[in-house]
Order: sequence, then structure tokens, then C-alpha cells
Amino acid sequence: MASLVGSRVERKEDKRFLTGKGRYTADINLANQTYAIFVRSPHARASIKKLNIDKALKSSGVVSILTGKEIADDKIGGLIAGWAIRSEDGTEMKCPGNPPLAKDNVNFVGDPVAVVIAESLAEAKEAAEKVQVDYKVLKAVTSTADAMNGDTIHEGIDKNLCFDWLLGDRQKVKEAFDKADKVISIDIINNRLIPNAMEPRACVADYNAASEEITLYTTSQNPHLSRLIMSAFGNVAPEHKLRVVAPDVGGGFGSKINVYNEDIVCSWAAKKINRAIKWVAERSESFLTDIHGRDHVTHAELAVTKDGKFLGFKNETIANLGAYARVFGTVTPTYLFGPCATGVYEIPAAYTNVKAVYTNTAPVDAYRGAGRPEATYTIERLVEKASMELGIDKTELRIKNFPTAFPFKQTLVHTVDSGDYVAGMEKAKQMADYKGFEARRKESEAKGKLRGIGVTSYFEACGIAPSAAVMSLGCGVGLWESAEVRFNPTGQVTVYTGSHSHGQSHQTTFAQIAADELGVPIENIDIVHGDTDKGTFGMGTYGSRSLAVGGIAIVNACKKIVEKGKRVTAKMLEANPEDVEFKDGEFIVSKSNKKKTIGEVAFACYLPGVRDEMKSPLPEGDEPGLKETSFYDPSNFSFPAGTHIAEVEIDPETGHVKLEKYTACDDFGRIINPMVVEGQVHGGLAQGIGQALYENAEYDETGQLMTGSYMDYTMPRADNFPEFNIGYTCTHATTNPLGVKGCGEAGAIAAPPTVMNAVIDALGGQEVTMPATAEKVWKACKNLKKSNAKAA
Amino acid sequence: MKDFNYHSAKDSKEASKLASSSSAFLAGGMTTIPSMKLGLATYKDLIDIKNIKKLSGIKVSGKSVIIGAATKHVEVSNSKDIKKAIPSLSSLAEGIGDPQVRNRGTIGGSVANNDPSADYPSACIALNATIHTNERKIEAAKFFKGMFETALKKGELIEAIEFQIPEKSSYQKHPNPASRYAIVGVYVAKHKGDVNVAVTGAKSCVYNDKDMSKALSGNFSSSSIDGMNLDSSEMNSDMHASADFRASLVVTQAKKAVDAC
Repeated sequence: MASLVGSRVERKEDKRFLTGKGRYTADINLANQTYAIFVRSPHARASIKKLNIDKALKSSGVVSILTGKEIADDKIGGLIAGWAIRSEDGTEMKCPGNPPLAKDNVNFVGDPVAVVIAESLAEAKEAAEKVQVDYKVLKAVTSTADAMNGDTIHEGIDKNLCFDWLLGDRQKVKEAFDKADKVISIDIINNRLIPNAMEPRACVADYNAASEEITLYTTSQNPHLSRLIMSAFGNVAPEHKLRVVAPDVGGGFGSKINVYNEDIVCSWAAKKINRAIKWVAERSESFLTDIHGRDHVTHAELAVTKDGKFLGFKNETIANLGAYARVFGTVTPTYLFGPCATGVYEIPAAYTNVKAVYTNTAPVDAYRGAGRPEATYTIERLVEKASMELGIDKTELRIKNFPTAFPFKQTLVHTVDSGDYVAGMEKAKQMADYKGFEARRKESEAKGKLRGIGVTSYFEACGIAPSAAVMSLGCGVGLWESAEVRFNPTGQVTVYTGSHSHGQSHQTTFAQIAADELGVPIENIDIVHGDTDKGTFGMGTYGSRSLAVGGIAIVNACKKIVEKGKRVTAKMLEANPEDVEFKDGEFIVSKSNKKKTIGEVAFACYLPGVRDEMKSPLPEGDEPGLKETSFYDPSNFSFPAGTHIAEVEIDPETGHVKLEKYTACDDFGRIINPMVVEGQVHGGLAQGIGQALYENAEYDETGQLMTGSYMDYTMPRADNFPEFNIGYTCTHATTNPLGVKGCGEAGAIAAPPTVMNAVIDALGGQEVTMPATAEKVWKACKNLKKSNAKAA
Repeated sequence: MKDFNYHSAKDSKEASKLASSSSAFLAGGMTTIPSMKLGLATYKDLIDIKNIKKLSGIKVSGKSVIIGAATKHVEVSNSKDIKKAIPSLSSLAEGIGDPQVRNRGTIGGSVANNDPSADYPSACIALNATIHTNERKIEAAKFFKGMFETALKKGELIEAIEFQIPEKSSYQKHPNPASRYAIVGVYVAKHKGDVNVAVTGAKSCVYNDKDMSKALSGNFSSSSIDGMNLDSSEMNSDMHASADFRASLVVTQAKKAVDAC
């Protein structure tokens, strides 16, 4: 039987998605349901003097209006940060309370203060307009760079500083810098982004007064984790009385990891009013209240010898957390950022210092890549600048500092098990026709255009990850994953996974894995996810962990099935279990023609009785049925890597940047389904290029979001991109049985510095901040013209 | 969206009669409906004019192209007659919004709305258009009064727009990267005797740039406007483009348009 792993199996999901048969949260309607509208703060920072709902309560169709007072009275907990980070001085991070409905203070535009529940959506909207909130408006803090100098947002949190964290050794770094021939320094801004999943957030909460069970349908990347948080911290219901279902979810990119205010409020309120409640975000609410991503201000330095060896690296970063610290809000700018900031290089001494600040803006949390795009942008912009200042070819300088042997003990935290960075670089150069660039540059020049080429070599730590490691770094949960593999008596297989698919194609790729392991046709395998009532538990999908952690749990559960199958076969065929081999769905007694198919074995497992000729197939000690569970906790993160090369052509008259070519050569370890991986790479690149050239979340100084709709927030479109040139090198991960590494975030990690290095190359080394909009580039072109004129 | 009364008018006369100070005409609804949904506009009555047959259609003669007010952008962009008579007008229509907008939005709606960054007003100025209403004929130069302001009186309904066929013409726009509305759009049309350089997006209202028109009337070549420094004091400035950048783009797009003629 041919292996399915590695082949372009068509997606099982597509039939329902392409024929409109997907079932999203907003598609769910329950009998007698009500509709919720949230009353949100129009101010970035204010205290609530008075909240009057009298007029709104009289509005037609209103069922209930609940405020911060009721939720506090019912002792419903607030939203939490999932990782505890310690400052350099040993003190614990400082986190403000974040009640699901604000009672006394609001801290960003969109912070909810009340929920209006009515018989119809229109009535809820109408009544919400009648809720009168008397605010005392306070001066907002909105700038990342200046947040520490602003008014104190949260009482008791001085300088708006959550933590001042250090990873690395300042003294060693100082010594390294003292020995340097040259220090390259850079000041960069990692622009703030809004994830913009295609499906806005939504939830439908239902309460059964007889069973006292709350069911919450919600747009979540991790329903089990949501239930845990809502139960343990939100006090909404005990876990066994709370069912969380995340059905089809239309994209997450990290924005749907968090439990949100609306999930808690609707669950709590459904019980209170004893009716189902439906809430669906409008796009403008998504802009305002979904977590945002990135938002760093960084000063970084690289100490080098004159022949281009890297000696030391410093990274001083201010990271904006927004108004509150959320689930991955504190780990994203620390352990997901700092360790990767030294990139794919041997740098003897390094440190990363991060000051995480609160501002009166939407909370900032994990967004595709989470910390690693920021890290890669820092080091790769710095290395590119070093190549310009040292006059060493950008690819040669990188190769010179690549590790030569694996495992590679990276400077700060990680031990990278496998990789071949030189091979990746060489292949990328060939794919991009790096050698031919100068000729293409001249062609552009002849047309009056500026052409630039940019390179990025990256690695990232994903497949998060070993519980022992993450918990030692402050994570509040263990990041293993579970799987359960069930054979039905008639031979089909249902696989329950704790991972969640919201675009990742698990129904296909996980089925490919199980089909290979069990020798069962892929049509006979179903992947079930997204429901806390189905499957044991799960930590969900983010950090490119589904395959490297969740996929391996499936493999391990399948292996347990096979082991049991061998014992059962041995009993059935009167052989020694050690003599039974399993191959392509058949259990074969070696050196004989005796065999059983896995279907026969499964069927037998469900018929353990004895009658006439029929004997029990079950060996002593084995229970009936064929179902196995695995909780897999990996021994390490996984470390995809690669080299990307971009070429841009700039029209100096309009500042328009045209991305002419984009080459991505990645090492994702073993690839399960090349078609799905291509989709992941394309999507990641679109978001990474979006960050470099188009996307920017901008607040004014009063804390109003200036880019709150698609009229002003530039979502990239298909016509912004060239045909992507995608290729791979492959070194298998040595830390998991499939040899897989993870591919979901690579594009978003590598593309921003790749594109910006190309833009800045075209502009003769002039710094431009992301996104490189037409006007910024136009101004740089004018400067370039002036300086060229002077030079002449 | 607040409740409103929906009327479907059978002719211009009925539509006009139904109009009041709290009504709006509804053609494609590409601005009206979103404004109502966002709570930026409320009307007691919406008077749908799409079913008035007389208001749709394209007529091309030797000298002019007449387009009914309720004609959709997609009909203008696909019209073989317009492609032949004024190709720049069909390519302008092809560049408006997205396929959904082009299949709903109408030329009359765009012209009556007079959005400062809409495309069609520049075509009206450049192509010496005449706006036919149910009451009179208005020259384009006297029609666009200011930001979202036109010479239309209450109850006055655009029935058709008549464009003069130029010798050569081209419309070039630098789109807002997010909305794809024009940050600057320049419509250059060379008629017998004179040249119009109609600019949209740059100021609060579409205008004919007299300096560039004059320069190009003397010598219809992009070199005659190359490096021209336009006064940016009245130009729009927002997060997508400063006034100075817009001023520069007006010249750049005008040059492109001339070169494309």
C-alpha cells in the first residue's frame, strides 16, 4: 500500500467549505434564543461615573441588561495572562484585573461595560443606544515608546510597566562588544497589526436548567483550554457542567486563542436569564476588540569583527501589551521572542531585554508567529545592515556565521536538533537566480526604476511544546496534546484530537497519518475535534503545534492499537505475539501464511464471548473493544528554518513598491501533504508581506483607532502578490517519530525582513519603517536623488 | 439600521413627487446603504429609481456618449460602443471598487454623491459633460460645488449624463491601498482646441487644473508638465497621503495619462 504521508491528498474539508455547507458559530440558531449587543466604551481611558439603564430597559423587546456590577456581584472572574514572567530584579509581573464587563474604569475603545439582551438583534441594538454611561474622560496613553512616561493607567502599576525582563548575560555581552571591530546598530519599529480572521468572533451560549449545563458554541482555536480558563478562573461553571464547542472556525491566526469577554458574559448571562444568547461581532467590533499583534519598539546592536564574524548581540525592546495582559500576551514578547532574536547564527554572547508596557489600546497577544516575527525582523535587519556596512555579500556574511554542526546550541535557550542552513541558503539563491540580480537591477534602472534584493535566513521555535520546559518558563499549563483512536466494530476509525482546525486541514492531514499507521483507507477515517464532549482534552492549535504535538499523539495512539492488534492476532491464530508483524493493515504471523486484517481484528475485539467453535480472541488481561488514547508531551520544541529572498522594483515618482519576485526555501522536516503546506506558506507570506508593505494599526493620541475598517486598514489582496516561488530542503526532526517540524508561521516570520531588506537595498540603505507605504518610499527616493546629486 | 419606507418609483415624475427633506433616492445604494447601516444617515423614505426603465442605457452618437443615470458601472465598462468612442471611460468604470460594487453601483449615484475621491466626477469635468436632470441640463463645470455637494435641488433627479467624445483621453489613478478609492485620479482629455486635466481625490472636490490644462493645450506632451510644482495648500492630507505627496502625485498621474493618450 502506497504511503499517504507526503502526497497531495485532496482536502476532505473542501466539499463542505466550497458548497456552503460549513457550519460556523453564526450558523447556529437555538430555539427561543435571544440576541446580545455589547455597550462599549467610546473612550480610551475613562472612569465610569454613572451607568443608567432605565430608559434602555423600557425599550421594545429587551429581556435583560447586565453590567459590570452584576458580574462582579456574581463573582465571575476576569480575563487572565497565561504566563507568569519575572523581571530582571526577580519581581513578579504586574497584571491588572480585567473584568468581563468594566465596572469602574475603561481602558481602551471597545472595552465592554454592559450587555443588552433582547428578542431580536435590531431591538438589542436599539436598546443599547439608550444605555446612558456618564464617563469622566482621562488622558490616554497610546504610544509604545512613551508609555512609561504616561499617566498611570492601572492603580499600583508604576510606569505602566508589567515587567522588565532579561534573557542573557549583560556582562558577557559587554566583554564581547569591547572586542569588536565594529558595532552595527539599528532602531526599528515592529508595526502593530490586526489579525482580521475572515470569520468575525461569535458565540452562542445555552443553558439547560435541568442538567445545569452550559453549552458555549464559540469561535475558538482551543475549546478545551477555553473551558478550563472559564471554569478555573472565570468561575462560570465547573468543567463538567460546561461544554465548549468550536465548530467550523474561519481563521484564527492567534486571535481566537483567547477566551474573550463575550464568551464569559454570554455563558454567565444565559444561565441568569435561562435562555440561549447569540452574539456575532460586527467587523468594526473585530477591529476594536480582537487581540492585536506585534507592536514593538527596538534598539538592537551587533558586535562584529572586520571580516564579518558575529561576537555579540544586544536587544532592548519595549513591547506594547495594550490595556490588559491576556493569555499569551506576556510570553509572546519574552520567551517566544528573546530566544529567537539571535537568529540562525553562532553568537557567543547575547541578551534580550524587554520592557512590557500597558497602553490604552486593544490587548496585544499572539498573532501568527508570535514573537518570532519580531525576533527575526530584529536580527535580519541588523545582519543586512552589517553586510552593507562591512561590504560583505549578504549571503556570504550569513553563511559565515551559520552553525556548522547539529544539534546547534543556540545562544540563549534552544538546542536545535536538526537543520542544514547552508543547503537552504544555496538552494534559495539558485531558485531566486541571485546571481542574475545585477543584470535585472540594470534593466530596472534603464526604465527609471530602483530595484532591490533582500535576504532573510530564519529559524523558529515552534510545536510548543515540552511541558517541563514551558512550565519552568512560567506557563500556567502543560503543553502536551492528546489523541484518541477508536475503531468501530465494522472497521472504520474515528480519531479524536485536542488540536483544532480553523484552516489547517487537519481532517485531511491527520487522516493521512492515521491511514498510514493503521493501513485503513483514508475514506474510512474521520477526524473529530472542537468539542469538549468529544475526546479527552486538548491544548488547542497555535504555535505550529498541531502536527508536531497533536499529530504525534495520533501516531502514538495508533501504535498502541497496533500493539493490541498483535496480541489479539496471536491469540486468534495461536501464535506468539512477538512473531506477529503489522504491515499495510495486516497482522501477519512471520514465516507462515497466517494473517488477519486490522478490520477483522477490530471486529473480533468487540466479540469477546465464547460459543461453540468461537473462542474469545482476547488474550488474558486485554479488555474488549479497540480504542487507545495517547497524551504526547514532546522532548523539545521543533525548529523549522529556511532562507527567503525578495526582489522589489520601486517607482521613484510614486513611491510604489512592486514585489517582483518572492522565493521561499523552507525546511519543515517531513511534509505530510505538500498541497496543504503550500497553502500554509502562501497564507503566511501574504500576512508577512502585508506587514511589510500594507498593514498598520494606528491609534491617534486620544486612543481612537484610526484604522478601524477596510477603508483605512490595508488588507493585502491577491493582486498585491507575485507568483510565489516555493521550495524545500528537508532535514527530519530527531525529536519526534514523524520527523516533522511545523509550517504554519514560517511565512509570517520570514517575509517582513525579507521584503524590507529588499526595499531598503533599493533605497541605497535608507531606513524605512513598516509598512513601506508609497509616501514613505517616495520621500526616501527624493532623499536618494538629493544625495546622489551631491555625490555627483 | 433604522426603519424606513421603501418606494419603487415608476417614473421620474413620481420619484420627484415622493422626495422630501427626509428622503433619499436609491439607485445602486453603494453609499446610501452602508451609511444607513453605520448610523451615519437616516431617512424616512427611500425612493428606488432602478425600476425606471428610461434611466438605464447607453447611447453613442458621433459627438457624444449619453449614459442613463441608473446604468451600472459594469455596463459602462463592458459597452463595446463606449470602448470604441471613449475607451478611457470604460476603463475608468472597470477600475471602480470591486466586482460587487460594479454590479450594483450606478453612474448617476456616483455623480450625485460627488465623493471627493470618486472616479466619475473627473470624467464629467474632463469630458465636458452635461448632467441631464428631470428639470434641466447642467454643465459639469457648474455641477460639482464642493465636498458631497452638487447643484442638484431637492427632488431633482439625474436622468442621464452626456459626455463629449474627445480626440484622446486617459484616466490614471493612484489608489488608496486600503479602500482603492483614488488618493489622486487624473483624467486628461484632449478636445479640439483645448485640454482638460480633471483631478479627483486631491482636494475637497473635483477640479480642472488650469495650469496643466494650459501647458498641455500649448504642447500636448508630458514633458510640458514635468516637474511642475503645484500649490498643495488646498490639498487633502490624511494618514494615507500628505498634501505634498498628493501634489506630486497629481503631476505624476497627469504625465502618465498624457503618455497613455
